[in-house]
Amino acid sequence: MRNKRKFHFSEYFQSLLLLGVLLVLVVLLSIYSDAFMTGKNWMNILKNHMAHQLILAVGMTFVISTAGIDLSVGSILALSGIILAFALNAGMAIPLAVALALFSAAAMGAVNGLLVANFRINPLIITLGSASVFRGLAIIVTGGTPIYGMPQEFLQLAKGDYWLPIPVLMAAVVLGAALVLSHCTKWGRYTLALGSNCEALRRLGVNVAWQKVSVYALSGFLAGVATLIISARLNTAEATAGSGMEMNAIAAVIMGGTLLSGGKSTLFGTTVACLLLSVIKNGLTMLSVDAQYQEFIIGMLLLLAVVVTDLRQKRLKRSGGDAAPGAAIPKSCSCDAGSDKKTV
Amino acid sequence: MDTVIASEPPLLATEGIAKRFGNIRALQGVDFSVCAGQIAAIVGDNGSGKTTFIKILSGNLRPDSGTIWIQGVSHAFLTPKQSLAAGISTVYQDLSLDDYRDVAANIFLGEELTYGGLFLRKKEMTRIAGDLIRDLNIGIPDITLPVGSFSGGQRQAVAVARAVYHGKKLVIFDEPTAAMGVRESAAVLRLIRSLAQKHMAIIIICHNLHQVYEVADQVSIMRHGKILQTTSTADTPLEQLQQMIIDADEVD
Repeated sequence: MRNKRKFHFSEYFQSLLLLGVLLVLVVLLSIYSDAFMTGKNWMNILKNHMAHQLILAVGMTFVISTAGIDLSVGSILALSGIILAFALNAGMAIPLAVALALFSAAAMGAVNGLLVANFRINPLIITLGSASVFRGLAIIVTGGTPIYGMPQEFLQLAKGDYWLPIPVLMAAVVLGAALVLSHCTKWGRYTLALGSNCEALRRLGVNVAWQKVSVYALSGFLAGVATLIISARLNTAEATAGSGMEMNAIAAVIMGGTLLSGGKSTLFGTTVACLLLSVIKNGLTMLSVDAQYQEFIIGMLLLLAVVVTDLRQKRLKRSGGDAAPGAAIPKSCSCDAGSDKKTV
Repeated sequence: MDTVIASEPPLLATEGIAKRFGNIRALQGVDFSVCAGQIAAIVGDNGSGKTTFIKILSGNLRPDSGTIWIQGVSHAFLTPKQSLAAGISTVYQDLSLDDYRDVAANIFLGEELTYGGLFLRKKEMTRIAGDLIRDLNIGIPDITLPVGSFSGGQRQAVAVARAVYHGKKLVIFDEPTAAMGVRESAAVLRLIRSLAQKHMAIIIICHNLHQVYEVADQVSIMRHGKILQTTSTADTPLEQLQQMIIDADEVD
């Protein structure tokens, strides 16, 4: 009997596919533009494109792995940014204002979680509704006008540098903590189990409702972290901040290989996908390609990643699917590792 | 009514357990008991209340009235946690497995070993899971694979291993052989017998009377939310039990 973990290639197929696309892109971009392959430009990619997106996508990875979705992170980002700006303008100490913004973001996430846990309504509908509510509140309290001017010390959050730019450090800390949370704690296990078999978890005496609330609260909290970076960079808080960012986060999570049906997630894939999206944005800007093409290319990549993975799984199933007769496989990819032995 | 006279006080007993769902009286006063080392089967048609009854024992439903006695301690109801803490665990018909996780993760789901309540002790859990699988003599070649890739029998075995690890005193099986071939059913029944030999109490819900006779010490016939009769398999031939079930039908 084996009890040493083997490396299962299939589990990482989609992430590795993206990594391949990323490498090709990097090679092409460095041929076309001399400025691309410079330390300065890579820092720009990480700091201005990737950091906040990765932070949002990490939260989204947890939410999606519970078979849920959170369409409200963009709105939470806007509203908690406004709370932050109000607090700072009212003369509150920076650490307190930051804590208040993070707390309110987590609270907004927890509201989503409470609704998801207590009603049999699809999280898509719940967070679609709450997204409108939070965005609406943001517009109401600001009257639609942006709030300019944050204290200089706060702006250091975006400009500052401790060996690495602070936004990059923040994203790295978030990713590191998420990896530990996901792989080494009960909380991580229960989050995945919510997605693959919520009923089993409930029967085993785990408080499923609390678990859901905590996942959505974490997603909200991370939207709060992202708002710190964005408001410090733009020196502004506005009601339209973060709009559309939830879609980018969802795209990154799914491209990375996390299953929309829940139960299986990969933070590695999410990170690669975020990097890929950031490189695309940066590269297209450098080549002075119109911004509309970005949308188009990101969409095509998302479709490519999921279609290629699905085609490969179908092929694997045909060649090795009979390896497990009678196996109850509720979702299309759970037979991966089993059929792996025969084909790879 | 025949009763099986046990040599020791029952591990689990229920008295007058009743449960309604709206107008439907799912259970109407169930009296039942099982002793350590004993295999008690409950047979009955669909809708007779078997599943409702075991959901109450496993803490997934609250009875409207009645008492559950576990080793002499009375409970009006159980929560899933209390039920597990009392040493009762259930192997559900759907097995309640997390198909994407490996054997150890499934066995320890909800009861993970941790350092300081925070970090998982993965190596230790894998080792214990391996020992458990070996002890139960279940053929699983690679316990690090996700259980979704296993055969029906292997998945059942993982669910049993978990129940044994969590349960320790009483394991409830809901239709353990329902979707299985002859060889796999035989393996599962052998596993159930070996648990009873380890002095665990077993409740098994089963449609197949031949299989019931292969393993069970006592059989209870359930109908319309009541236990009509409990009899010992040693004293009652299979044909007689079949007749009892048919008679019970005619009484309605």
